[in-house]
Amino acid sequence: MLGAGGGTSSYEEVREAADLIVLWGSNAREAHPIWFHHALKAVHRGAKLIVVDPRRTTSAQWADLWLGIDVGTDIALANAVGREIIHAGLVNEEFVGRATEGFEAYRESVEPWTLEEAERVTGVPADAIRELAHAYATAERAQLCWTLGITEHHNGVDNVFSLINLALLTGHVGRYGAGLQPLRGQNNVQGGGDMGALPNKLPGFGDVENDADRARFEAVWGVEIPPRNGLHLTGMFEAMEHGDLRALYVIGENPAQSEADQGRTRRLLSGLDHLVVQDIFLTKTAELADVVLPASATGSEVDGTVTSSERRIQLVRKALDPPGEARDDIEIVYELGRRLGYDLGSPKPEDVWNELRSLSAAHRGMSYARLEELGGIQWPCPDETHPGEQFLHGRLWDPVVAKRAPFTPVVDDPPVDVLDGEFPLRLTTGRRLESYNTGVQSGGFSSPLHRNGSALRLAPEDGARYGVADGGRARVVSRRGEVETGVVYDETLRPGLAFMNLHFPDEVETNVLTIDATDPKSGTAEFKATAIRVEALA
Amino acid sequence: MDLRFPLAEPTEAERAAIDAVVGAPGNGNGRVVRGDRHRRHLLLPSLRAAQRRVGWVSEGALGYASRRLDVPPADTYGVASFYALLALDERPAEVLHVCTDLACALAGAEVPDGAHPSPCLGLCERAPASLRTVAGEAPREIQLPETGPPLPQAGEDGLRLLRRIGAGLDPTSLDDYRAHGGYASLTRALELGPEGVRREVSESKLLGRGGAAFPTGTKWEAVARQEASPHYLVCNADESEPGTFKDRVLMESDPFALVEAMTIAAYATGCERGFVYVRAEYPLAHERLEGAFAQARAAGLLGDDVAGAGFAFDIELRIGAGAYVCGEETALFQSIEGYRGEPRNKPPFPVEVGLFGRPTVVNNVETLFNVLDVVAEGGAAYARTGTEGSTGTRLFCLSGHVERPGLYEVPFGTTLRALLDRAGARPAKAVLLGGAAGSFLRPDQLDLELTFEAARAAGATLGSGVVIVYDESADLVAAVLRIAEFFRDESCGQCVPCRVGTVRQEEALHRLASGATLGNELETLQDLAQVMRDASICGLGQTAANAVQSAISNLDVLVPGGAAP
Repeated sequence: MLGAGGGTSSYEEVREAADLIVLWGSNAREAHPIWFHHALKAVHRGAKLIVVDPRRTTSAQWADLWLGIDVGTDIALANAVGREIIHAGLVNEEFVGRATEGFEAYRESVEPWTLEEAERVTGVPADAIRELAHAYATAERAQLCWTLGITEHHNGVDNVFSLINLALLTGHVGRYGAGLQPLRGQNNVQGGGDMGALPNKLPGFGDVENDADRARFEAVWGVEIPPRNGLHLTGMFEAMEHGDLRALYVIGENPAQSEADQGRTRRLLSGLDHLVVQDIFLTKTAELADVVLPASATGSEVDGTVTSSERRIQLVRKALDPPGEARDDIEIVYELGRRLGYDLGSPKPEDVWNELRSLSAAHRGMSYARLEELGGIQWPCPDETHPGEQFLHGRLWDPVVAKRAPFTPVVDDPPVDVLDGEFPLRLTTGRRLESYNTGVQSGGFSSPLHRNGSALRLAPEDGARYGVADGGRARVVSRRGEVETGVVYDETLRPGLAFMNLHFPDEVETNVLTIDATDPKSGTAEFKATAIRVEALA
Repeated sequence: MDLRFPLAEPTEAERAAIDAVVGAPGNGNGRVVRGDRHRRHLLLPSLRAAQRRVGWVSEGALGYASRRLDVPPADTYGVASFYALLALDERPAEVLHVCTDLACALAGAEVPDGAHPSPCLGLCERAPASLRTVAGEAPREIQLPETGPPLPQAGEDGLRLLRRIGAGLDPTSLDDYRAHGGYASLTRALELGPEGVRREVSESKLLGRGGAAFPTGTKWEAVARQEASPHYLVCNADESEPGTFKDRVLMESDPFALVEAMTIAAYATGCERGFVYVRAEYPLAHERLEGAFAQARAAGLLGDDVAGAGFAFDIELRIGAGAYVCGEETALFQSIEGYRGEPRNKPPFPVEVGLFGRPTVVNNVETLFNVLDVVAEGGAAYARTGTEGSTGTRLFCLSGHVERPGLYEVPFGTTLRALLDRAGARPAKAVLLGGAAGSFLRPDQLDLELTFEAARAAGATLGSGVVIVYDESADLVAAVLRIAEFFRDESCGQCVPCRVGTVRQEEALHRLASGATLGNELETLQDLAQVMRDASICGLGQTAANAVQSAISNLDVLVPGGAAP
């Protein structure tokens, strides 16, 4: 956030200090259960929980207030909240004046978003929007948290900005207990980004297109680094489409099932000259590969580190040797390097880590010994006396703020896949507690918890309307494809809103339906908003 | 809340019964829901409502209550299966519960075919007693045999707590309550102000009558001082100690007095909301209290502006479902909140962390009745009755082998023998004082002064005021075995000392009774008693060996070679 790719606050602040937690486009109860148990402790000690979500999720069922927003209208809601805070005189003017810039432009941009207009666009009653605005602005220490309900849109980055604007307006950032949190979907998503698994970043947040950053790495690595940003995932598929990308090396991903518009994805993967997949399972993607490299399981078969949503780097210790011919991921990489003509040596995980520490100021102070001793350290940690930063952007509360935090005006932009007479239902996708993404790691066993996992969930009213019985079967059709699936009535959905999990692609390929309209800045597709119709099957 | 499996659907009747408690469901078009997670406290009322409508709690009713209140079905099942009176298997709409507990056993209780044996129904003065429940559109529960208030002292002078009942008060009329001097104490309390009321209660040296004898004034001061809000007032009317029926008589026959006393308590301690938790076996008390609440509300004596004095207070009736342990104050909170009635660890004590985690005053019915006189005449004047350490009067529930069973009120300091004489006790082989958690006394111990301090010095307790007389014909072995069975059955099972200890205690007693001993039963029983007393979470386990141990040490019951039973 605000120039650093990580949540600003620690779990402790959520648990012990926040008096308001706003969960926006996140069903953390199921998708981020560890984080949510910190939030629940806050709830139990009296903190208020407000949830913004189209569905009345199990997270929403814990909330003091749930706002059932229409899919993809987050900016309208956020702008209306901002306008209400301004008009109610609840802006933290001292903070805005000292630590931010661009307030006037922001104020003008939200001015059309009266509560009534927002109600018309979002479906959320005006008084509930007002309540959210006042609760957020008057809280002592508010946490504003989001997940894929915000980012899996064609304008996901703008969605994020619309929320950051609210924190700037009220000063809920950079203080103990107040902050902004994009919740991470697994134990090491944050670590993947931190280590440079992004097309525009070097490990430790250096920029690929920054000559000085690149030069530091080139000096250590002894090779020239291409001076232009790489492709993000959706960009890669576009490049495949154009024939520019002919070979792909996939590590621990299953794009054949996780990408939107699956028919196209399969076609492109199958058309490559060469596909290498490195995984611990023979995934659907691996089945398409020319070469499969059996890897080892993080958490039990490797040493190394992971980084959690609160930027805490923790040691992971190996308990078992990987089975059969499976090898450590680092070993696979250096052996591959050797065969490609570059000797990376035979580094151990700690050697790799120490190289990172020599290149990244944010990680410099975190030796394995300190990580062990302190039970993990939150970045940035510039030297070996530094305890790590519990929260980010404390500088915004300095008497003089050198680099001000900018407001970023954003405009409402509805989902690309519009509803009409032919496709009248809004399908949104999401996770459930016991499953994980495409089910590679969570679907390989039978469990009553998986019951109805691949079903289309409908409001009972819609079931009746389209003649689909609870427990029946239906054909679900979008502009891109169709699937047949079971149907379950779900009272947490309002009429017009349908829901599917994506964990059981072997049963129902949900992503045959979804649209690959993609945010140009993040490369994330609009998984959350698909237009469908439902046809009863006998 | 997390996992929701398809359960059987409720019937229309079950749905309607539960909706009547939790409100009609939204139509699914909802855009906004506020604070539903605070509604779990409606779980037990919902389950009770379903059972009263159809006679049992079906899987459909469990599932529907779970969905409506966002409680996981397994959790709902855990709550439903906790309570003895909730039936999870289908059964006829009409059920007869026959009391087979201490007093009724002495009166020759027998369980007819199709009827359910029951622990003490609190109708000991009319033993053998039973409770008939009829489910349906107009559900009802009838205490049998039907009698008036058991007040042998009716018409006598010197009654305080029982004054109005003895004078023939109409318990369904607020006007009649006023005609008997009702609401004079609230008027006086409003003159004194909250601090003044607390001062009088402290000066009265009133001790709690629920069994623990804690100073009421201290408790009230502690809650009044708490900054956390809101404060709650809970009247513990889950009177379940075998042999006890005093609170039932007070609620059935003088319900407005409880309303007035709770109003004063709330005023003095800053509570806006009060709960009366009454055991399910007291249907007449439920009816009388609901009637009293309604009339008091209509008269402006409960509500947003009580008696025009500018403070808000209202009372809600909560009904148990057959669980002795819910008389323990923290288990009672758990029960109201919609959880299994398993006691919490203390500290923190209820004055700090009580109902819904807030500072809470918990008082027994009889304790609250005393407040009326404390306020009316002043704490110092009140304290002139009784003894230095035990002020005021005390209610005793006499049953067993007595000519005139019923509720007696005597000043503290009266001897047990004098009390027995008033009730026409037959020559006793033993007297159980204080209930199943109390102790057996020998005939030569009957000159015991009935005060907290004298009872303590004698290694006994007044408990909840139970006095059960056993004459020469009585089977004390059966009584001791019944007490052991009772605790084994009522242990909530949460902590090991009690869960295992009550089972082992009963087993050892049965071995002694049958003669098939291993030779070490008395030592085993003593060890178990020690462990349960020292290590149980709550008073149930801590006192589960009291009566058994006293029967062995005082009466040589079941002591090999000891006195014949």
